[in-house]
Amino acid sequence: MFETKGFKVFRWVVLIPLALFVLVPLYTMITSALKPMRDVLGTFQWLPAHPTFQPFADIWTTVPLGRYFANSLFVSVIAMVCSVIIAIFASYAISRYRFRGRGAFSGVVLATQMFPGVLFLLPLFIIFVNLDRLAGAHLFYQTRLGLIVTYLTFTLPFSIYMLSGYFDGIPRDLDEAARVDGTSALGALFRVVLPSARPGIIAVAVYSFMTAWGELLFASALTNAQTRTLSVGLQAYSSEVNVYWNQVMAASLVVSVPVVVGFLVLQRYLVAGLTAGAVKA
Amino acid sequence: MSRRLAGRVNWNKVTPYLLILPAILFELLIHVTPMIVGVWMSFVNLTRFFITNWLAAPVAGFANYSIVLNFDKPLGRQLAQSFGVTLAFAVLTVGLSFILGTLAAIVLQRQFRARGPLRTLFLIPYALPAYAGIITWKFMLQRDNGLINQLLVNDLHLFDQAPFWLIGDNAFVSLVVVSIWHQWPFAFLMTMAGMQSIPDELYEAAAIDGASVWRQIRHITFGMMRPVNTVLVLLLFLWTFREFNTPFVLFGSAPAKSANLLVVTIYNSSFIQWNFGLGAAMSVLLMVFLILVSALWALWNRRVHN
Repeated sequence: MFETKGFKVFRWVVLIPLALFVLVPLYTMITSALKPMRDVLGTFQWLPAHPTFQPFADIWTTVPLGRYFANSLFVSVIAMVCSVIIAIFASYAISRYRFRGRGAFSGVVLATQMFPGVLFLLPLFIIFVNLDRLAGAHLFYQTRLGLIVTYLTFTLPFSIYMLSGYFDGIPRDLDEAARVDGTSALGALFRVVLPSARPGIIAVAVYSFMTAWGELLFASALTNAQTRTLSVGLQAYSSEVNVYWNQVMAASLVVSVPVVVGFLVLQRYLVAGLTAGAVKA
Repeated sequence: MSRRLAGRVNWNKVTPYLLILPAILFELLIHVTPMIVGVWMSFVNLTRFFITNWLAAPVAGFANYSIVLNFDKPLGRQLAQSFGVTLAFAVLTVGLSFILGTLAAIVLQRQFRARGPLRTLFLIPYALPAYAGIITWKFMLQRDNGLINQLLVNDLHLFDQAPFWLIGDNAFVSLVVVSIWHQWPFAFLMTMAGMQSIPDELYEAAAIDGASVWRQIRHITFGMMRPVNTVLVLLLFLWTFREFNTPFVLFGSAPAKSANLLVVTIYNSSFIQWNFGLGAAMSVLLMVFLILVSALWALWNRRVHN
């Protein structure tokens, strides 16, 4: 079945162009990062004529990439930790209890996940600026704290949605047995549900981190030179009058490797978590 | 007395609310409040003079809405044009991403040697931070030192003169291609997961009845995938319609007219022209449109299922 000659031909007719489409930018990124500046100024060279690792050293001094890196890491990790912790409790309630307002709450979570970020960006900007003026200090606008708050607008609903789906898949008998034995609700959550949900929690955490790491809209409107994240930093790096394309490609490669490796290592869990909702529906 | 009261508290009823309380507080702070403020902003004249003193901004009534919806005036025309571009962009990107994702999922449904590595390769554009992929495309699309013109002009001689890809009408083509590049893996992921839940017996039974591979795909795969596909297309549409990263990285805050997406228009009216009232009115309209699309989708979906 599915092994007729026609289908085999069709398979490669589909796969070869698709693989090329995916590969060409990856190839460009990697090979251009290995070229000296003069080799990215003229017409494009398919192979690096003078391979060098210099761009990987230069990126840290041409732009404050280290600072961008630290900012991105800080903001993404805190947003991830906050949303995962809040989501664990909320998802446990949604998955294990039937209470008044449950449907409404899930509905709000699902809806806010669908809304465009710009809808929250404009008011949050105005709120931040005015709160700072009231407080007479830089608390939210152009600070890492402010950025974390805006990142929660997308990491939190996503985490609750994905984690409650995951909790639903853990047999209720497990924690109900613990409850019968006299364990409290929290005890059952921590000692029974969480240990079996570990893959799901890791998937939610990694995915939250990835989305925060790649975020550009909020970061471009709400950061300054000190609090810039990688996304804004690299966007600016690639928009200068004379762009160091070899360095920009090296930097893009460096910021991509951690998340791509994380994604590929945890592929199985992430795919299961991501698709659970849609496939159920 | 506190003890008697405590004794009466039904913990089974209170526990879920205690568990969910932090989430509700955060939802109120980061979603509900900003949305209320956003709607309020669309009814005041929130220009640069009032940004740090919002409460003093004069009430504008529906003035912001009538400005952005007056299609005889430049701003209204610009919004209408931007809406048209966004719609065309979303339909093309979603349609093509869906087709690519489905094709890849169909040919990778059965085990063969290259299946695992190809599946991993196809997920990389999705795992990459969006801006990193888009920046790479921006380099490839440069007129004088990019890969695309090297391939099309110097190697294949398809054009006499090297075209510009990031300005003029070509910018729209670039926008669609780049967006598809990092979005189609999501369609692939979803359809692949959906196809895995189709029981093998269905195909086996059909094969015994003499149905060709193509008939099996048409009747079994497409039939069984319909619920997944309808959700997937809506999700992709909602996401594509609010696309910001691709145009912002490719063109900065001044995109070509052909590639002027709505979110960039809203962003510019707020953070470049500093008129948050107009920006807020446009975002409210955007939200209303997306809710309408979702509602129509839900209605249509219910009708098909009944």
